[in-house]
Amino acid sequence: MSSTRLIVGPFNRVEGDLEVRLDLANGRVRSAQVVSPMYRGFEPMLVGRDPLDALVIVPRICGICSVSQSLAAARALADAAGVQPPPNGTLALNLLAATENVADHLTHFYLFFMPDFTRPVYAGRAWFDDAARRYASDGGEQLRAMLAARARWFELMGLLGGRWPHTHSLLPGGSSRAIEAAERLRLLARVREFRAWLERQLYGAPLETVLALRDEVQLQAWAASGSAGDLRRFVTIAADCGLATLGRGPGRCLSYGAFPDALGTPALAPGLWHAGRVTPPELDTITEDATHAWLADAGGPRHPRDGLTRPDAAKHEAYTWNKAPRLAGQVVETGAVARQLCAGQPLVADLAQRHGVTVYTRVIARLVELARLVPLMEGWLQALAPREPFAAPLNLPPDAEGVGLNEAARGALGHWLRMEGGRIAQYQIVAPTSWNFSPRDAAGTPGPLEQALVDAPVQPGEATPVAVQHIVRSFDPCMVCTVH
Amino acid sequence: MLNVLWLQSGGCGGCSMSLLCADTADFDGLLAASGVRMLWHPSLSLASGDQVLALLDDCMAERVVVDVLCVEGAILRGPQGTGRFHLMAGTGRPMMEWVRDLACVARHVVAVGSCAAWGGVSATGANATEACGLQYDNSQPGGLLSAAFRSRSGLPVINVAGCPTHPGWVMDTLMALSSGTLKADDLDPLGRPRFYADQLVHHGCTRNEYYEFKASAEKPSDLGCMMEHMGCKGTQAHADCNTRLWNGEGSCTRGGYACISCTEPGFQDPGHAYHRTPKLAGIPIGLPTDMPKAWFVALASLSKSATPRRVKQNSTADHLVVPPAVKSTRLK
Repeated sequence: MSSTRLIVGPFNRVEGDLEVRLDLANGRVRSAQVVSPMYRGFEPMLVGRDPLDALVIVPRICGICSVSQSLAAARALADAAGVQPPPNGTLALNLLAATENVADHLTHFYLFFMPDFTRPVYAGRAWFDDAARRYASDGGEQLRAMLAARARWFELMGLLGGRWPHTHSLLPGGSSRAIEAAERLRLLARVREFRAWLERQLYGAPLETVLALRDEVQLQAWAASGSAGDLRRFVTIAADCGLATLGRGPGRCLSYGAFPDALGTPALAPGLWHAGRVTPPELDTITEDATHAWLADAGGPRHPRDGLTRPDAAKHEAYTWNKAPRLAGQVVETGAVARQLCAGQPLVADLAQRHGVTVYTRVIARLVELARLVPLMEGWLQALAPREPFAAPLNLPPDAEGVGLNEAARGALGHWLRMEGGRIAQYQIVAPTSWNFSPRDAAGTPGPLEQALVDAPVQPGEATPVAVQHIVRSFDPCMVCTVH
Repeated sequence: MLNVLWLQSGGCGGCSMSLLCADTADFDGLLAASGVRMLWHPSLSLASGDQVLALLDDCMAERVVVDVLCVEGAILRGPQGTGRFHLMAGTGRPMMEWVRDLACVARHVVAVGSCAAWGGVSATGANATEACGLQYDNSQPGGLLSAAFRSRSGLPVINVAGCPTHPGWVMDTLMALSSGTLKADDLDPLGRPRFYADQLVHHGCTRNEYYEFKASAEKPSDLGCMMEHMGCKGTQAHADCNTRLWNGEGSCTRGGYACISCTEPGFQDPGHAYHRTPKLAGIPIGLPTDMPKAWFVALASLSKSATPRRVKQNSTADHLVVPPAVKSTRLK
């Protein structure tokens, strides 16, 4: 087969608008360009506003990770003001963030990722009829059950923060919604109800059983020991479709760490994972390179503290609206897999060691994380002390700088803020999918997805190759965040 | 069945995510029972890439009937009116052109959310992306489509405004269209369905006793009324958020923060910090809808002087510190 070009889009069941350009040779992807075809301009929008307006504007960057954006802004403002939430405030913020994170993982697995296995290309596989019945986009029984469980799960948000998305209860000093004693018990009951759903439908086992699996051998043995739940089905499908070797990322994974306790120690530790080792990430070495973005790139790559967002739609060498973030000049991947690797989760670490960070590893990491978050939430709810304060007062100095780091469901999210004269003078955002779907940098090094797509198989006649779809969706991309 | 084609333009996708929180035990069943068939939706449909382009082709050629075109997100007209800020993936063509063309073949056109209705947050500040709504540019009639535009049904663009929209507002609109019962006079002067826009956020607000006595919150998390100091526009904003609750038991005011009037054009640039009420001589500039200023001032000063101790003390606490008295005699 000779070399051909394929443009894939619109790419749905990702959040936002995405186009992928592929060069094909001999039935495989030879190289890929990832295109974010929209510019929104949130960073310049924020400049000149009252700093606390950020808490209203930034959630609207994203309809699926709005709480994560709010939390990053709240932390940047807290950093600038030197304020620390009281214990209840920290717990409430964790609960808000985890509620969204859990829902996003659930939505990704059932609504965005699994339906691709119901495509006609898989008809005839032993698992196909079962998968089609359970995961079909139009009326699959598990997909329907998930949407009902998800809507019910999000009722936690009604109590914890008023509504979702675009929740304004997240403050630099904690939460504006104090939880009463009876409400705490209702929330706990709701989380336990959801745990039961997960154990019945998704895992077919107690969460603790899944979390006790320490490596691929144990996972496979457990999967073969029964037939209940969608995780077992995914393991079967993944083996049959070779997902463990599909879509290998750049091999470096970044996490800012997530869910601090009252002393600031995160439940999921931060780090940079590379070749089985975790080192502290040097955040001063973050740069954004706009060489291949339709954005001004004067002065070369910049740390987000001094970042620049100025559209230049006529730029010749550009192909996307996304900048290329790099850590110490390196391409890094972010997401649940990075969080679990940096936190030393044994099963995910073993999978990454055996297979690399691939479609299989990413999806398993998300499901492991989901199983971890629910017990954590139960613990935070137990620890809430009704009638104690949920928010510390805020005294924002007119001139200050702040950094707000957070982990959205899909990875590392950072806000860099500078205030002058009581107004926002500079605001820069580096979103998870900015990292994962970054374009080439000045050196021509492709971004994580661009690397992961190389060698993906393309069947004759495929205009929207199914392997490419698995790889793209395995990152759980959020394009609206990317093109903030 | 009502064929619904849903496109996402310059926005966050939050109205779709909100829609999936619809109060139902079976979302697919709700759509089917409402007579709604999704031709394509960016989050819900299997079809991707070439299959979607083929469908859009069929819609444009009217081989497939589009009963409702739902657009979520603002129309990005920039830079310099080219629409380059948002090309529909896989087509190299500005989304604004796709939407304009599809609006001409659709029986109804629905703007889902304040971005699609007015421009919304996408249009804030200097509006570098030249964002506008489908039939409004902020509060001015005429956006991507002219003020005179009528879809084939004869209706203007139906503005299901909100940031995000409540899932019930979208479902009620689709159900009314499906049953053929949504008429021109069911829309308010801004094109919003009256079933939710004829309410005020104030209706059903749990802080109403504090409002009655002007017992005001002074800081975030306080239980008192947020109109006087905290920027709340609930007495002016058109929406039923406190009678049709969000995510079970929620609403913005129940979450401890002010209504920012996200269903109204221009809410993205209120002319003041969101969290502080603008005042003139100590009186909030934004008075409750339909209330003359002199009356408000007289009522406020009277009610402030008559505030029970319980209401006053609770208004600046984040939990109930003084419960209502228990009477020793039967209630009369």
